[in-house]
Amino acid sequence: MPEHRFPVEAGHILLFARAMGDPNPIYADADYAQTTEVGGIIAPPTFERASVQFDPSYHLRPKSGEPWFGSGREPSGGPHPQAPEGGTAMHAEQHYEYHRPLRPGDLLTVKTRPGKRWERAGRRAGTLSFAETVHDYYDLHGDLVMTARHIRVRTERVVDQEEERA
Amino acid sequence: MTPLKASRLHAGDTYDEVVVDNLSRTQIVMYAGASGDYNPLHTDEVWATKVAGYPTVFAHGMLTMGLTGKALTNYVGDGRLTRFSVRFTRQVWPGDTLTSKVTVEALRQEDGGHYVDLAVSTVNQDGHEVVRGNATALIDA
Repeated sequence: MPEHRFPVEAGHILLFARAMGDPNPIYADADYAQTTEVGGIIAPPTFERASVQFDPSYHLRPKSGEPWFGSGREPSGGPHPQAPEGGTAMHAEQHYEYHRPLRPGDLLTVKTRPGKRWERAGRRAGTLSFAETVHDYYDLHGDLVMTARHIRVRTERVVDQEEERA
Repeated sequence: MTPLKASRLHAGDTYDEVVVDNLSRTQIVMYAGASGDYNPLHTDEVWATKVAGYPTVFAHGMLTMGLTGKALTNYVGDGRLTRFSVRFTRQVWPGDTLTSKVTVEALRQEDGGHYVDLAVSTVNQDGHEVVRGNATALIDA
């Protein structure tokens, strides 16, 4: 699977922390952060998710000149790139192992590999197919900074909301 | 933020935090923009209802994990987590109020460092769990 770079930037960390409603100054205030144990701005523990901004092939971002499947003139601009037939692809589990916090100025290389795959019968959406993808993040010294394991589930059909919300 | 101390912690200790009150669609849009996950399921009401068949848009699972992570870092301190895992158990909808609960499961020493193993669970306003998981943090002696 392809590698890509993930440049960690202070402004991006600020926006990400805001999106979680997290006012912790460790994510935004360099002067404050300098006085703390970590010694500077760091990224929140789930900031890794934002690395897809820098993945040229990421399929859930509109790309210039290509049709986008969200609504425009019509409710759908085209088929969903992952689950065109009825069901939905959803995030089932996420696992992180940290060796150090991410910091502005880090230029990480993301190495992606497939992990385990399994299936089980679901209660509300038919057969559930799970697939794990493992992302290893290395810094410029070649040191492993973090490992993320992303597990997606594809449902056979849309989750039954009446049952779910009952 | 003062890091946790092994000498003052006990298995069964808990920490609770309301991590979002009345989740707004705007916050979901902010998360889409910052994370780069622009799946219309999360921000496009027309697509979510008319094409995907859901009652409305719902939050990214990773937003819920991030909100849960906010409670964790507020408890263990900044830059202290060594591991954080969740399973997404239920969708989070606009208007939801989420509370995260962190429970100390075990204290242990490894390679001369002190670690705390934690269980985490985030529930909505009806008491239904939306994520559950666990984490480990490096703590002081």
